[in-house]
Amino acid sequence: MSRKGSDGPSRSRKEWELNTLGPSLAKAPERQGPFSTVSSLPIERLYSAEDLPAGGEADLGLPGEFPYTRGIHPTMYRTRLWTMRQFSGFGSAADTNKRFHYLLSHGQTGLSVAFDLPTLMGRDSDDLLAEGEVGREGVAIDTLADMETLFSGIPLGGVSTSMTINSPASILFAMYLAVAEKQGVPLERLEGTIQNDILKEYIAQKEWIYPPRPSLRIITDIMAFCARSVPKWNTISISGYHIREAGSTAVQELAFTLADGIGYVQAGIEAGLDVDVFAPRLSFFFNSHNDFFEEIAKMRAARRIWARVMRDRFHAKNPASWKLRFHTQTAGCSLTAQQPYNNVVRVTIQALAAVLGGTQSLHTNSLDETLALPTEDAVRIALRTQQVIAEESGVANTVDPLGGSYFVEALTNKVEADAMAIIGKIDAMGGIVAAIEQGFPMKEIADASYLYQQQTDRGEKCIVGVNRYRADADPPVEILKIPLEVEIEQKRRLADVRAGRSAAAIDRDLDAIAKAAKDGSNLMPHILQAVRDYATVGEICGAMKAVFGEYREVAVF
Amino acid sequence: MTESGTGSRVRLLIGKVGLDGHDRGAKIIARALRDAGFEVVYTGLHQTPEMVVTTAIQEDVDAIGLSVLSGAHNTLLPRVVNLLRDRGAPDIAVFGGGIIPAEDVSPLREAGVSALFTPGTSTQEVVDWVRTHVRPRRA
Repeated sequence: MSRKGSDGPSRSRKEWELNTLGPSLAKAPERQGPFSTVSSLPIERLYSAEDLPAGGEADLGLPGEFPYTRGIHPTMYRTRLWTMRQFSGFGSAADTNKRFHYLLSHGQTGLSVAFDLPTLMGRDSDDLLAEGEVGREGVAIDTLADMETLFSGIPLGGVSTSMTINSPASILFAMYLAVAEKQGVPLERLEGTIQNDILKEYIAQKEWIYPPRPSLRIITDIMAFCARSVPKWNTISISGYHIREAGSTAVQELAFTLADGIGYVQAGIEAGLDVDVFAPRLSFFFNSHNDFFEEIAKMRAARRIWARVMRDRFHAKNPASWKLRFHTQTAGCSLTAQQPYNNVVRVTIQALAAVLGGTQSLHTNSLDETLALPTEDAVRIALRTQQVIAEESGVANTVDPLGGSYFVEALTNKVEADAMAIIGKIDAMGGIVAAIEQGFPMKEIADASYLYQQQTDRGEKCIVGVNRYRADADPPVEILKIPLEVEIEQKRRLADVRAGRSAAAIDRDLDAIAKAAKDGSNLMPHILQAVRDYATVGEICGAMKAVFGEYREVAVF
Repeated sequence: MTESGTGSRVRLLIGKVGLDGHDRGAKIIARALRDAGFEVVYTGLHQTPEMVVTTAIQEDVDAIGLSVLSGAHNTLLPRVVNLLRDRGAPDIAVFGGGIIPAEDVSPLREAGVSALFTPGTSTQEVVDWVRTHVRPRRA
């Protein structure tokens, strides 16, 4: 034990710990730990050069170059800001169309459609199971007529649209294409995304209809169809958002998402598609949760892992196949009903993390979303949050501002390694479909969510306003209400459409879909014809359900 | 205390009614109640009110806990209460949780829902409530 020879700086960490840290801790101990992320990843006191592996510069790379740790484009936001794309939808197509126009007029740069639960589950508004659910969680869409209203006054050749739709994605996508046709927009010009990520439905979001294998077949049909006819369309938004909302850790979110991605690439290859044709149109969707640096590290690790998976595992030759492009949504599950204005602060931090993580597209939640779907006032603040970050904070002035930070690079490496270990486990099980059949991701998520609940119940993880810093009463927040008339009106509209169309055409169309479902020919042209004839979501899903069967979950908790 | 004088444990049905698939909360509640010593039947997703009541009677539960985050609570929860009454099991208590706006709580309570647990509730609160308010129906 020796003191340093001069009053100069420590020449090593050990010296620092001995001569500077030690005496400081003796006088003022650290706060009670553990110092860990919201996912319980332990965080060290200090990171410095020695925490990074030698020769790590190759892993880091430069922006726009493999392995894309620092971003998929060399200039990132200096060329183009991320797309500001607020997930919206409620009530009728007319209600939602109005919200779309509101958001576009306030500077949103892309559209994102939220459908109601009956639509998400492939059911019509007059389905028995739709009662009480119509227009409540999103917009009710039964036929092409609703879709035409939804995009009224919005030229589809001039905006990109993301649609959060999974099991019935083929149908809503066909409706979008039919609207474009009516507008005279060539399909080759259309830009957008369908979520169409069935694997994460079994894992987390639970909006399934058919079992896994026929569901994957529908997805590869869409991939093939888009490669031919809608080449600028993102065929899947491979999602971690919902996995995280269900309670996974950040590492699990990353691992299960990329494992799903691997599953889709394998499915595409097995369907006979050229990986370099469909892979550039796979996109991703991550959560941005509270722990600022963990989220940034997760996003950077995601790009690096995917680049290596595509180039070295799947031997894709096209660099476009290696680049992980993603949308981000701030974490809904982190918001509180108590003191809801605090949510604006949470969303700001989460949005900033997504920007520093290099997202291509971003949705910011509204302050009232633990209570209801967002009001105009609340969603405007959410959009302004993005605009303030973009225009006032300066973070978009340079590419990957945090690159080279000891902490961020060390954390990126750690998240990557931990995620790769889980991906390896899933590979050993036989891939993600096998892992799903064994209930593996669901059990991991249930355990992680239960642990976090215990931590918050015990006060080990603080939720401001809920388990600490409580207030006696909250200021009243006006929330969006969906009147029952919405359901009544929607059913009436649906009845009118049914009455006005050719029953013979519908029968023919549904037969053609069932036939294609059985003989393996591409479903999309037949679904497109059916929607043009005003077949309903429920009718088309029903025709496929009769052939493909229905998925039944074995519930584990 | 989870047992009555005769030693039978309180039996609960936990599930999700309607099309809503967000089951994080329902699973946590099911597990917390099981860990607290109650017998828990977990139905999983996409239960209709009819299915819930049939299962509840078949499984001879003492109370039903339902999670709804979709906004359909005003339709679905009272229907469960009414069906229980119509099917001769009005003494099975119904409690709920999820996204339930404050203004909907009183009407639901008046419709016969015994308790509603909204965002920010701890698992201990739910466990304590069940302990205090739910008794085995079996003699």
